[in-house]
Amino acid sequence: MNIDGIQNGIVLDHIKAGKSMDIYNYLDLDKLDSTVAIIKNVKSTKMGRKDIIKIDELLDIDLDVLAYIDPKITVNIIKDGKLAEKRHLNLPKEIKNVLKCKNPRCITGCEQEIDHIFVLADEEKCLYRCIYCDGEDYVSLK
Amino acid sequence: MRHLIDICDLSLEEIDSLISCALDIIAHPDDYAEVCKRKKLATLFFEPSTRTRLSFEAAMMELGGNVLGFSAAASSSASKGESVMDTITVVSSYADIIAMRHPKEGAPKHASMKCKVPIINAGDGGHNHPTQTLADLLTIKREKGSFNNLVVGLCGDLKFGRTVHSLITAMSRYKNITFVLISPDELKCPQYIVDIAKKAGHTVIETTDLENTIGTLDILYMTRVQQERFFNEEDYIRLKDSFILDTEKLKFAKEDLTVMHPLPRVNEISVKVDDDPRAAYFKQVENGKYMRMALIMMLLGLKK
Repeated sequence: MNIDGIQNGIVLDHIKAGKSMDIYNYLDLDKLDSTVAIIKNVKSTKMGRKDIIKIDELLDIDLDVLAYIDPKITVNIIKDGKLAEKRHLNLPKEIKNVLKCKNPRCITGCEQEIDHIFVLADEEKCLYRCIYCDGEDYVSLK
Repeated sequence: MRHLIDICDLSLEEIDSLISCALDIIAHPDDYAEVCKRKKLATLFFEPSTRTRLSFEAAMMELGGNVLGFSAAASSSASKGESVMDTITVVSSYADIIAMRHPKEGAPKHASMKCKVPIINAGDGGHNHPTQTLADLLTIKREKGSFNNLVVGLCGDLKFGRTVHSLITAMSRYKNITFVLISPDELKCPQYIVDIAKKAGHTVIETTDLENTIGTLDILYMTRVQQERFFNEEDYIRLKDSFILDTEKLKFAKEDLTVMHPLPRVNEISVKVDDDPRAAYFKQVENGKYMRMALIMMLLGLKK
């Protein structure tokens, strides 16, 4: 299968197999006019199988969202057909309006236009906690 | 702007300072009679309370200040659909400091994020109740003399018992505490609270047996199974009589045990226990007022 190389754009590599559509949706890539390639189940010596997303545009990507979904993703910035920068992700200390607290007793469930803010509680477990109610069991993707 | 949302907003030094101030108020009440003259405290109680609201109001009055506010969401604009943030923004134009209780967890935290005057969390759902913890700490200080080397039993509804969560968090900052958590399985303490105690190096024992553990305790903190936290009436009825402290069980306890309860009590402590010198729960009420006086002064930056 041939996919054109990118001149100026972004390659998201080492995506856990099966997660590429989540990222496609979170980054609102469906709204782009430029070419986007989603390559699923690519053979990988490190990971067995992985997904890759190629975006033919230099977007300002929300790396915090990406890191939360999968901190092992590598972000390759391509300029003039060459690899200009390779970024590894770190779990963000705080994420705003990505997760939604599902604790029915939390203020976020009823207050108008409140920011849903979570802070990193346990890096090893990728565990985030709601700053309002301390809820962690209720975390789910918005 | 300084607020008190979680007991950990206060350093150990600040808690010591509040306790010293409260003890001085107890010894010299007249010296504090006009400290808050011309200052106003707003008590915004979106959820019913008698003790905490009256304690705040009495505290402000004894400091020579004034109080305004409401005692139920139905008598505020919340009943018309006003947001918490709008209510707080409006009230902060009238008052110098706000004590707020709300049934939703995190409501005071949310309110504090933009508020121009200090906010005190007077209880948010089943989450936190830091000023009750200040009352508890003064009681422990006066009854035990120290916060270290204690076996602290907490009994009843440890899941929704916000006073329990705040007290474990606060006591975890001291040395060599053994927490004995006594509850039915359905009302166990949240894991993140247990983890706070464990990470601080304290021993945590979880059990469903009050009778066989009471003899090991220096402090027994009883709590009520709170009907208002249950979505299901059947669950409440099944669990409400799980643990009852009576004079029979007290026979197995140490002679210097301190029995505490944040009140209101329903039936989890027999009325006969009130006459036992180990019962300290009505002392907690009085201690709460003094600690709230000290806190109001601290947040307003006032001294005697």
